[in-house]
This record gives sequence, C-alpha cells and structure tokens, in this order.
Amino acid sequence: MGFLRKNITWVTTPTLIVLFIAGWHFYVVWFEVSKFILPTPGSVVDGLVELFDTPSTYKHTWITVYETISGFAIASIIGISLGALLGKVRWLEKALNPFIIATQVVPKVALIPLFILWFGFGPESKIVISAVIAFFPILTNTLLGVKSVDFGHKDIMISLNASKWQTFLLLEFPSALPAILTGLEVGIVLAIIGAVVGEYLGGSEGLGYLAVATLSAYKVNMLFAVIILLTVVGFALYAAMAGVRRFIIPWHESVLIERQKAAG
Amino acid sequence: MDPKQQIQLSGVEMRFATPDGVVVALESTDINVGVGEFVVLLGPSGCGKTTMLRIIGGLLKPSAGQVRVGNRNLWRGDQRDDEAVQELGIVFQEASLFPWMSIEDNIGLPLRLRGVRKDARRREAHKLCELVGISGFEKRWPRELSGGMRQRAAIARALSYEPEILLMDEPFGSLDAMTRDQMNQELQRIWMTLGCTIVFVTHSISEAVFLADRIVLLSPRPGRIDTVLDVNFERPRNMGMMVQPEFQAIVTRLRARLEEM
Repeated sequence: MGFLRKNITWVTTPTLIVLFIAGWHFYVVWFEVSKFILPTPGSVVDGLVELFDTPSTYKHTWITVYETISGFAIASIIGISLGALLGKVRWLEKALNPFIIATQVVPKVALIPLFILWFGFGPESKIVISAVIAFFPILTNTLLGVKSVDFGHKDIMISLNASKWQTFLLLEFPSALPAILTGLEVGIVLAIIGAVVGEYLGGSEGLGYLAVATLSAYKVNMLFAVIILLTVVGFALYAAMAGVRRFIIPWHESVLIERQKAAG
Repeated sequence: MDPKQQIQLSGVEMRFATPDGVVVALESTDINVGVGEFVVLLGPSGCGKTTMLRIIGGLLKPSAGQVRVGNRNLWRGDQRDDEAVQELGIVFQEASLFPWMSIEDNIGLPLRLRGVRKDARRREAHKLCELVGISGFEKRWPRELSGGMRQRAAIARALSYEPEILLMDEPFGSLDAMTRDQMNQELQRIWMTLGCTIVFVTHSISEAVFLADRIVLLSPRPGRIDTVLDVNFERPRNMGMMVQPEFQAIVTRLRARLEEM
C-alpha cells in the first residue's frame, strides 16, 4: 500500500490522459462534430506527423524560440538592473512609481500593432513585444526582493561595518534571488505569449504565424498540432528556468521542499 | 580613562520621536565594564536593555552622552569609529545566519569583509567550529542545523575576528530550556577560554545569576539603571549551583525588586 500511495501519480496521470482522449474521441464520433470545429485525436496525431514531416516547421519553431529568448534576455537584464536600482534608491522609486504603475496597467497586447508599425514585420518587433510583456513581473519581483531584506541580516552587516557594495553583493542580491527567479519564471511564460501573439498579428514566420496559416487553410487538425508543439516548447523553456532555480538557489525552501518530495 | 575599563558610558541617553511624542528609551546612564568582565543587563521588556546594548554596539547613536569602547570614542560626530567597532562582536536573539552560505562561510563572513583569503577563512572557521562545539557541520546549510547549533555558529561568527568584547542580545531567548542551560555552560567555557569581555542581555533571572560577574538591573518607563549587583560565585559554575541557598537568595532578591517595578 505504501508503494502504491507514493507512486499514485504514475497511475492516475496516465489514466486521466487516456480517459480524456477517449472522451474526446467518442464525443466527436457520437455527436458527429464537424472536423472544422473539433478534429478527432487520431487526426490530430496525423496532423502532428505531417507537421514534423514539413521541414519549415523547424524553422518556425526556431524563430519563435529565438524571439522568446531574445525578448526574455532583454527583459531580464533591464528588469533586474532597474529593479535593483529602484529598490536601493528610494527617491527614484517614489519618483518613477506612478509611471511604472501606469505602464503596467496598459494592456500591452493592445500595443502590438504599434510595435509592428515601429519595428516592422520581422522578428525584431516580436522581440520587443516579448520583452515588454515579460519585463514587468521581473521588475516588480526584483524590486520586492531587494526591498524585503531581513532586518536581522541587515544588523549583522551594519555591526560588521560592511561597505554598501559588500552589503549588496553578499546580502541584498542573494537574498533577492528567490524573488527574482520567481519573476523570471513568470517572465519566460509571458515572453512566449508575447512572441506568439506578435506572430499572429503580423509577419510570415514563427509558430504563431503557422497557427494562423493552418487555420486559414482550414487544417484544424494541424492547428491542434501547432498548439501542442507550442505547449511543448513553452514547457521546455519553463522547465529550463525551473532547473536554473535549483542550480542557483539550492539553499532555498522552494528547492529543498521539492527535493524532499522527490526523495519521498 | 581607567585602563582597566573596556566600555564606558557617561550620560548616555536615548530618545525616540514617535507620532505620540518623544519617548525616553533610556534615561541618562553611566556604566563602566572592566576588561574580561561578564556583565548581564537584566530587566523586563521596555526597560531599555536592548537599546543600551545596541548603543554599546554602535548600532544606535545615543541622543546624548559619550560611549567609549577600548580607548576610543565610538562616535565622532555622526561617524562611527571603525577601529572601535572592530573590538565588538555582536550576537543577536536570532542567529541570523545567511541561508545562502554554508556554516563555514557564515562564520568566515566577517573575515571576508576584511579581505582575508578563502583558505585562511576556512581554517579559522574550522577552529571556531571546534571551539563552539559544532565540528563536522562546516559544509552544511544553516537550515539543516537545530536552533541551538545555529546560535553556536552565530557566536563563532562573532568571535571570528577576535574581538575583545562580545555583546549578546538575548542570544538564547528562542531556545528551549534544556538547550538554554547547556548553551549557558558552553558560553561560560568559551568566555573562560578566551578571556574576552561580555555584555549579555536577558530577561531570565536565573540565567543572569548563573552567568554574571555583575548584574545591572534596569527598570522600565523610562529605562534606567535600578540596581547593580555583584555575583561572586566561583568559576566554573555548574547547573547544580542553581539549587544552592546563596544562588536562590540572589534570585529571590532580584525577583522581589522586579515585582515592585
């Protein structure tokens, strides 16, 4: 019983997936749903095979990954440095706070046509969109992390006569890392969304474009295949970020708890 | 200044501005602590004992009066004298180890701030782990240690740069009673080994009587020195001493005084 309880997810997860796919299949077959509305799981698999047989799929995937990572990198660099700066310099944070809130409240997806106008139909506009959307959670989490340093830890550095730079390097930055990494995990997911939505709205490359193109060609099963591919890409990028967390802050509760879980 | 005095407070006063007006945390206070002496600041909450310790430690600048540490003024205008601060090691109620550093890196932190190389820091940390009784835990994360062991590591960190004065703010306050007794004996041993000066804050009467050469009893609202009491039991003291009538007499006297406050 102990073994079964520990490994219950090995049973439940596949069962649920099988039930879901079977339910999907029989729903389509019994209710005679149009294949333009919902294709059967079987035809989605055909779509996946066709997708992977098409050489241009890899180019589109690469473009989306490239745009996402570039946008995410820009957002990370600016978000972390600006967040650290604002966290340290109180008057600057106070001065810029209204603007930060204002820009955060703007629905950034609505700005996409503007970015396409400014940066063209190529990858550049998608990189900018992706960066703008991923930027805010990274900024706010860094700001929060830098500001919420433990008072007891600060006392230690003050009593040891640490310089400002030493305090930043040995206390404030590492103490902010868990929050920064949380921001990055949210950011990477938003970066993908930014890139894909950008591709929907303008351009002729990337998985977002491919989704729109398959829809225009009424290949709904291919559209499902593209969505699955996008999910896999998104999952891989997110998993990479989560791996970075485990590597950078092995001391943190979030990592220790997962390890304990893994150890059973 | 008398060369045998290591800490000298004269006319030290602390006032805080709050929304309800000025609060006097510590009335004008004079106190001297001799070289190698173990002084305990005892009192109920709000009596200014922690304030006094933070003033001695240079974490608070007094509103008035003079603080001398070693042979130097702790404050020159608004500037802390770095060399005076060098003589002070502080242990707080919470161990406040940095969770992202191993135990040995935590202990070596003060040395790192002073530019000591890594191998020398590790060697020193290893020696200190032995002194405070946590050998073998050098490579662990702080969260892997018990509360008592974390506090030992915090003491080791405060001792790493060999300060002549150790300031302790209810260092064992968050530990269970048994661990606390054990830590008190350990502290006595470390103090007798090193011969440093200790100023120790607590609100536990028996802890104060067990540890102190001299007890400074403070009373609250406003914080000020109420009674100063010498404790002359032989060293090393052990837990069995606590049941002796002489020990109990001092405890009873202090308790009576505290109840009148």
